[in-house]
Amino acid sequence: MREPRVVWALMRRALNEILRVPGAAIPGVLAPTIFMIGLSGVFGAAAKLRGFPIADDFRTFIIPVGLLQGAGFTGAATGVNLARDIEQGWFDRLLMAPVGRSALLAGTVLSASLRCLLPATALLIVGFALGARWPGLLGLALAIVLISALAAVAACWAVMLALRFRTQQAASLMQIGTFVAVLFTTAYAPKRLLTPWLRDVSELNPVTHVLEGVRQGFIGSVTWGKTWPAFAALLGLTVVFGGFALRSLTRVGR
Amino acid sequence: MRRATLALARRSLRNTLRRPQFLAPLVAFPTLFLAVNTGGLSRTTDLPGFPQVHGFFDFQLAAAITQSLLLGGVASGIAVALDIEGGFFDRLVAAPVPRLALVAGRVLATGVLALGQVAWFLALGLIFGAHIEGGVPGALVVFAIGAVAGTGFGAIGVALALRARSASTVQGIFPLVFVILFLSSAFFPRELLSQPAKAVADYNPLSYIAEGLRDPIVSTVSAGPVLYGLLAAAALTVAMAWLAVLALRGRLAND
Repeated sequence: MREPRVVWALMRRALNEILRVPGAAIPGVLAPTIFMIGLSGVFGAAAKLRGFPIADDFRTFIIPVGLLQGAGFTGAATGVNLARDIEQGWFDRLLMAPVGRSALLAGTVLSASLRCLLPATALLIVGFALGARWPGLLGLALAIVLISALAAVAACWAVMLALRFRTQQAASLMQIGTFVAVLFTTAYAPKRLLTPWLRDVSELNPVTHVLEGVRQGFIGSVTWGKTWPAFAALLGLTVVFGGFALRSLTRVGR
Repeated sequence: MRRATLALARRSLRNTLRRPQFLAPLVAFPTLFLAVNTGGLSRTTDLPGFPQVHGFFDFQLAAAITQSLLLGGVASGIAVALDIEGGFFDRLVAAPVPRLALVAGRVLATGVLALGQVAWFLALGLIFGAHIEGGVPGALVVFAIGAVAGTGFGAIGVALALRARSASTVQGIFPLVFVILFLSSAFFPRELLSQPAKAVADYNPLSYIAEGLRDPIVSTVSAGPVLYGLLAAAALTVAMAWLAVLALRGRLAND
């Protein structure tokens, strides 16, 4: 019974940090919205290209990318916070507590799943206010589930790096991984408009399936054909990065 | 003052170069952004109103350089914040070192680092088939604007760090780098930007810096964009260095 309580306590602590250090949290919360407005303002004309799925509406096309970026940034921020705890010695005290390492990891990682809903909410409110297409309740619910799971995967990656480098200076490395994973997909354009090398990379990148899963409600209707690959990709990513993060955590101090 | 500034600049550079895993993101992020922009949006050169360029990759090189220099400024701020958090800054303040050198050393190091960042992107451009239409003089112009702008961005980072005193807060500025970039003509021609980005871009000094960097790459060196670029970079550097000095004075007064 103790483990779920520890997980919940760690999740609450992560949420408290938003209120405790708002200066550090606010940019991360607003970043995806900024990206969405920025990308649609700068590259909006790209939607005029022949072959674009929703003619002249780059904003709706790019909102799912912003949702994934929010998840990625939140995951990376989780790693940065852990690195700070390591630097300040708080993490050492946590390790001495009579709690399983898997519960420590779960609490840290699941906090990212919750926290990523903040940037997502800000993004969606602004997006809809600016006239983005409504994805329907099913599309929206699916998007939320998928980005929450992706935030947990990104947090596993960032936790792994935090435990390896043990300093907040590794923040850029944490962000770069999630950045590559989200953007080397069909983020900016449908596959047929990508240059051949990016098309090949996006086909190999499992996050492309997650993006297409989140995007389906925004640019069409939700189908099983686009939903199951998204969940399968997330399951695979969770097994791989969760496994590595747990391995790193169990090795600390041993 | 000069010796202290140079010594602190050398220390900053040494610390940065000692840990290449933290230096790499300064060029890695913009390089990846360059790749994904080029890979995803290369067909936009077909849009009516897009200027005649050898390719979208050539057009995007200046955006990557500008972005990299901005990230250099953020990294500089994080390094100062870590010095503050770790107590090294207080020891420097207590030492018989001119106070201005504390700011000038770090800012100078960021300017020197900027030369390396510009070299990286010009080399990358040449390797992947970009044409530096301005030739060697054009490349020198890109280095000049890059060094001045990089120094200015370094000053922004230092000013922020002295105000925030926390590395995680300065790190939080990272997404805002993109806001400033998106509200400029760094990534796309000004004529093709949507409102309100287009309106803001006209007043954003980054537009002029990016266009100054771009001009020698996509065409022969023309006086207008290059002079505006240099002027914008110099004005930004002076203004931000002044802000950094004010932040330092504020910090010393509070302590």
